[in-house]
Amino acid sequence: MSAPRDSMISVPSDAPSDRPLLLANVSRRTFLAGVGALGGLVLAVGFPAALRAADPPKYGRDGMPDGWVDDPLAFVAIGEDGTVTIVCHRSEMGQGVRTGMPMIVADELEADWKRVRVAQAPGDQKRFGNQDTDGSRSTRHFFEPMRRCGAAARAMLETAAAARWNVPVGEVEAQNHEVLHRPSGRRVGYGALAKDAAKLPVPPRETLRLKDPSRFRYIGKGELKLIDAPNIASGKAQYGIDTRLPGMLYAVVARPPVYGGKVAKYDAAQALKVPGVVRVVEIEQSPPPAEFNPLGGVAVIGRNTWAAIKGREALKIEWADGPNREYDSAAFKETLEASARKPGKVVRNEGDVDAAMASAARRLDAEYYVPHLAHVTMEPPAATARIVNGKCEAWGCIQSPQAARDRIAKRLGMSVENVKVNVTLLGGGFGRKSKPDFMIEAAVLSKAMAGAPVKVTWTREDDLHNSYYHTVSVEHLEAGLDAQGKPVAWLHRTVAPTIISTFNPEAKNEAPFELGMTAINIPFVIPNVRIENPEATAHTRIGWFRSVSNIPHAFAVQSFVAELAAAAGRDPKDFLLDLIGPARRIDPRTLGDTWNHGEDPEQYPVDTGRMRRVVETAAREAGWGKALPKGRGQGVAVAYSFVTYVAAVVEAAVDEKGELAIPRVDIAVDCGAQINPDRVRAQLEGACVMGVSLATKEEISYKAGRVVQDNYHAYEVARISAAPREIRVHLIPGDFNAPLGGVGEPGVPPIAPALCNAIFAATGKRIRRLPIRDQLKV
Amino acid sequence: MVTLHVNGKAQQVDVPPDTPLLWVLRDVIGLTGTKFGCGMALCGACTVHLDGRPTRACITPISAAAQAKVTTIEAIGGDQVGKAVQAAWVDLGVPQCGYCQAGQIMSATALLQQTPKPTDADIDAAMSGNICRCGTYTRIRAAIHRVAQKGATK
Ligand code: FES
Ligand code: FES
Repeated sequence: MSAPRDSMISVPSDAPSDRPLLLANVSRRTFLAGVGALGGLVLAVGFPAALRAADPPKYGRDGMPDGWVDDPLAFVAIGEDGTVTIVCHRSEMGQGVRTGMPMIVADELEADWKRVRVAQAPGDQKRFGNQDTDGSRSTRHFFEPMRRCGAAARAMLETAAAARWNVPVGEVEAQNHEVLHRPSGRRVGYGALAKDAAKLPVPPRETLRLKDPSRFRYIGKGELKLIDAPNIASGKAQYGIDTRLPGMLYAVVARPPVYGGKVAKYDAAQALKVPGVVRVVEIEQSPPPAEFNPLGGVAVIGRNTWAAIKGREALKIEWADGPNREYDSAAFKETLEASARKPGKVVRNEGDVDAAMASAARRLDAEYYVPHLAHVTMEPPAATARIVNGKCEAWGCIQSPQAARDRIAKRLGMSVENVKVNVTLLGGGFGRKSKPDFMIEAAVLSKAMAGAPVKVTWTREDDLHNSYYHTVSVEHLEAGLDAQGKPVAWLHRTVAPTIISTFNPEAKNEAPFELGMTAINIPFVIPNVRIENPEATAHTRIGWFRSVSNIPHAFAVQSFVAELAAAAGRDPKDFLLDLIGPARRIDPRTLGDTWNHGEDPEQYPVDTGRMRRVVETAAREAGWGKALPKGRGQGVAVAYSFVTYVAAVVEAAVDEKGELAIPRVDIAVDCGAQINPDRVRAQLEGACVMGVSLATKEEISYKAGRVVQDNYHAYEVARISAAPREIRVHLIPGDFNAPLGGVGEPGVPPIAPALCNAIFAATGKRIRRLPIRDQLKV
Repeated sequence: MVTLHVNGKAQQVDVPPDTPLLWVLRDVIGLTGTKFGCGMALCGACTVHLDGRPTRACITPISAAAQAKVTTIEAIGGDQVGKAVQAAWVDLGVPQCGYCQAGQIMSATALLQQTPKPTDADIDAAMSGNICRCGTYTRIRAAIHRVAQKGATK
């Protein structure tokens, strides 16, 4: 089945809302005006708000800002030519959401995918529901609303057909872009019905008939190609960096190299002499906390990007570095270690760890270090804005278009209604593009240029020097084993600057959402458990990075489990399974986890049966325990994150010089039912490569408050030669009527520990500090 | 004024001759399929063909490209091998975010034009200059092998 080629159609946010709902006569071009006219938005907002008010506390999609919308009038348009246009309101950054989300609607709608087009929603959460594309939650939060969208539109088409034939609606049935009258065999196409259907009321939610999953055409099949793939392969796909507008100017910005610093003085004279440079503009500094604000600095605006880059090189700037000017990552590692060796805030406490340690037959301890990381999305942050008649329109590769819209409005002193944020494709997101600082920069610069369109491009150096970094952490673990090698006591001190510090500089403890990422919520069968969280101070912008705190926590916990297995003389996989214990469903609150990835603890307990199953599946598929040549070994790790269970078995090969190769990785994933299995596989493959990359190469370090790494030569990421040669993803089947798990992030956390456990099996060398780099060299 | 020959068309551009080809393609000519990723020949996102050779446009001044035939991702489908590579990329679902893939396709096409049946070592050598942060490497390798096999059975 071939995918429609048309892709990025923008939906205006300011179109009149009094037009018919399912649109007649929508050609591809007029769609731009068309979908904006899908009224019903006001109406749509009413539902979830009312529901939520009656139903506290709010979990999952209900708990997200602006919740969810399942109104077909907001998401579906049908033209008289039969073209079905489906709005995707989540940002596409490689997870396949622009294929997956519309596919759900199309399936329930009985639409023929060949006649489906996808339009990208602008930032407008009142109209579309929550658009923050993060937390691995697009599918798990919107599978059901999108099904209802499609089912409601299908019901309207069926009703229109029945009315036309003057037959009971029970005798008609939508089938692959037509409605069939079963007794007579008559058929009528969706295009011919569009006008009539548009006049009908949207059927009440409780009357909708959802398909039985056995009748899904697309969902769960994995047969549809990525809707954007043809455009990507031919260079037509439009990313944030690709926006072009008439009269557009190009900007790059010199930002303070130290977090919290600002311009002391600058001299633009030389910059202005560079051919093609038009203007030099200072952007006002936003003092910490950074929140989503631009860092400030000096912008050079030119006729093309290169002129702006050359102009910036010619700027003379003196920076006032501020209080973080001494930040030094080597010294900070020692600070974190010192904190990790002293008691800290107790965040979970069961039994009596101290007494159990005292009477244990053996005691072990270990410390693990994971440095700051940067997302280095292949497309650096980039955004364009223009201001016409007091209204600002912006384009960008943004994961959070509503936040961008709100912040631009605030910064420019406009009402939110006068700001429109268009979402392009994202050349990678990984959490970096959840922060709209770069979009605000574009708006500020357009304003400085009297509303002219200005595109801000971050160079790779900018991206590395001024990111929102993954935190840095020391994880201190201690355990006591009894005479049989069974763990009887577990102490984990996790120390890392919190993401909250980016919003509140006083914050020094990990937030519940950070602790709830594989630190506090370990479901191990150990009678005495204490988790502590000593304080740490942030000296840079800390932000979300794909799978967030799961990275250091899972690295430490799953490495330490393997260390305990080795000390106990046990097989690491069997030891891990014994620690997980028998299959049971644990209320996360009993583990001290009040967050639970924002999901209902009743719906989403910690299910040790599912955790066991992914470990057993990955081990079986990998041929766990098979004879391997010298220098090769297998390692296993499991992580429960974003309410999904992922286990990985990595095979590592280390040669006599200490060169590492990864011939094969087996990954088992239980995320519930898979809507688009091929994209689930792709996400797990990609997460595996990212996990290998951060484990082996990646590190952001600081000297004198400044990031040391400039570009990919210094901030290395895995290339094809270093990537695992084979990645085999094993999907655990799920039930489409049961709660879904996340997919984008949960593949990352088990990779680093599984790899280091494999290296231990291959060489006897235990890696406790990432990245591995030359630690294996002999 | 420098005259460039891009995708079979002569283009006059009025920028300093040391301007990198990348920014002239993207900002001046308007061919945005060629991507910026590093500006230092480290990532391969900007890969174009100069007289059929894969070249990093970000470090190639237009003065050095003026004598050559420049082919970008927008026109690589006009080449048999390029077309087969694009088809394999779609078929095997190689792209994730897709941003690096123009460069990957340009490098893979050049490899397959030179070496119709590349070994894994050939692929490592030819493709290691192209970073994919989404981690699509196993599928890139599979897609290159797919094109090589199909070519052989033709
Ligand atoms: S942009 Fe040219 S190699 Fe990275
Ligand atoms: S597909 Fe996203 S960087 Fe390669």
